[in-house]
Amino acid sequence: MPLEKGLVIVHNRLSHDMYQLEFISPEMAARSKPGQFLQVKVNALNTPLLRRPISIYDVDKSLGSITLLYKVVGQGTEAMSRIRTKEYLDVMGPLGQGFNTSPPGRKILLIGGGVGIAPLVYLARVLKAKNYQVKVLHGADSRRNLVAFEKLREIGVDFLPATDDGSAGFKGLVTDLLATKLKASQIDYIYTCGPDAMMKTVAAYANANQIPGQVSLEEHMACGVGACLGCARQLKSSDREMVKICKDGPVFDIQAVEFSVQGEVSR
Amino acid sequence: MKRKDTAPAKSDLSVRLGPLKLNNPVTVASGTFGYGSEYQDYLQIDQLGAVIVKGTTLEPRIGNLPPRIIETPSGMLNAIGLENPGIDVFLQQHLPWLREHQVSVILNIAGNTIDDYTRICSLTEGHQGIMAIELNISCPNVAKGGLQFGTDPDTVEQVVKAVKAVTSIPIIPKLSPNVTDIVQIAQAAKAGGADAISMINTLMGMAVDIKKRRPVLGNVFGGLSGPAIKPVALRMIYQVYKAVDIPILGGGGIMSTEDALEFIMVGATAISVGTGLFVNPLLPREIIDGLNQYMMENDLTSLEEIRGAAVL
Repeated sequence: MPLEKGLVIVHNRLSHDMYQLEFISPEMAARSKPGQFLQVKVNALNTPLLRRPISIYDVDKSLGSITLLYKVVGQGTEAMSRIRTKEYLDVMGPLGQGFNTSPPGRKILLIGGGVGIAPLVYLARVLKAKNYQVKVLHGADSRRNLVAFEKLREIGVDFLPATDDGSAGFKGLVTDLLATKLKASQIDYIYTCGPDAMMKTVAAYANANQIPGQVSLEEHMACGVGACLGCARQLKSSDREMVKICKDGPVFDIQAVEFSVQGEVSR
Repeated sequence: MKRKDTAPAKSDLSVRLGPLKLNNPVTVASGTFGYGSEYQDYLQIDQLGAVIVKGTTLEPRIGNLPPRIIETPSGMLNAIGLENPGIDVFLQQHLPWLREHQVSVILNIAGNTIDDYTRICSLTEGHQGIMAIELNISCPNVAKGGLQFGTDPDTVEQVVKAVKAVTSIPIIPKLSPNVTDIVQIAQAAKAGGADAISMINTLMGMAVDIKKRRPVLGNVFGGLSGPAIKPVALRMIYQVYKAVDIPILGGGGIMSTEDALEFIMVGATAISVGTGLFVNPLLPREIIDGLNQYMMENDLTSLEEIRGAAVL
């Protein structure tokens, strides 16, 4: 049954609004793939009512645990931040289509913006284990929000940060780092997750250089299983059908999406 | 309250919703359960009293532009816009799957004109496995038809009468709460020959994005559901139960067995779970078990014994 009450063993505040939460669920851990998400019930009340979709940040199959990374952006995640260790987390999942973990080529680039780094960390772990050469770019406002740094170092992948204030790594946008410091000929496949404006630039770069890849999208969700049709998105203006982010995604082919930059959501 | 020491006894939860015999009163509301298969990892769907499938139209519909949903205090707004593959695809692809899984199916249909409704009903003739048809005459999220049908008593009577003339399948109009007098609408449905009525659909509402200074929903308005609307649903069912002699399939914000009991006690024969499923996909099963336990604890042989008990 893809529904679980998992014991919370770690719940840390990583920066002023980012948290990581690790809970035990051997069965869910065994079935989770990079890029999938969980629907979290943040408390036992009717407010907030709906579950919140949260990316799988990391999985420890030997311990049987799943780690989530999230940013407090509204009532749901605010309530979630008050969950304490030794409590049980009410989760549904894993849900959605994850990333392709057998990409063509060897040289793989992962680009995360802000909390969008979350699904890329477990992906980095899985790709690294398959002997891919993995490079991770992470854009944040300042070094205190480069929250995945330790995990990525432990996984052992190349890590190139970009910060708006220049407090660590490249000073400026992660997409400028991509455009100025990397060679397209050295990239076989790109994965990206973050704000739509960032993914739009990354997708344009990938398309211009004919590099295949995938993006992970975000949308408000209710059911998480494709029943309510709430998280619809028209990937391209020419598309005659709308995909459901929860079931058809959240991962899509980088060429399949037109980014409007209007689709930003806050919750 | 008496406690019985006998191990897992089973009460008879079956109910008669007009001509329909349901094994238990717990159904899942249209639009919250897709065409059934979406929740098969969570529920044995043949255990449900009935599955009311997604609102289906004559032609496929792409639905409204996003955003389609937004959470609100103790509820949510939705403006899906009746996205569905059309009646032909339902009959060819989804109905066989539901039949195979031995689900009691209530087909929800929507149209722009009375002719749309009768044509869909005619197309279902000869297809086994549709227990009843729920007439969506109350969708707040489509430009034409939908809600228009549900707010005028004469039109309600006409559309029900028209579909009753073309099909032998029991007809259950789903009433809109967005009316001045719900009793008048229920009377019109009965006059048209409805076998039962389903109530309530969502309450029309909206939300504003103050950063963008625009409505949140792509469709501007949406339908409010969830615990926020439960008191409204209970009040309306109470009024209809008291005034009109017609079986009621009641729903609106049901989140627990206790909520389901409230609906039964104001006169509902069967209940539907909708938004609650998104929060707890096991909810229908939990309510079936909870009702069973309630019947045992209270020595009930039938839920009929408490139906309408709170109606003064």
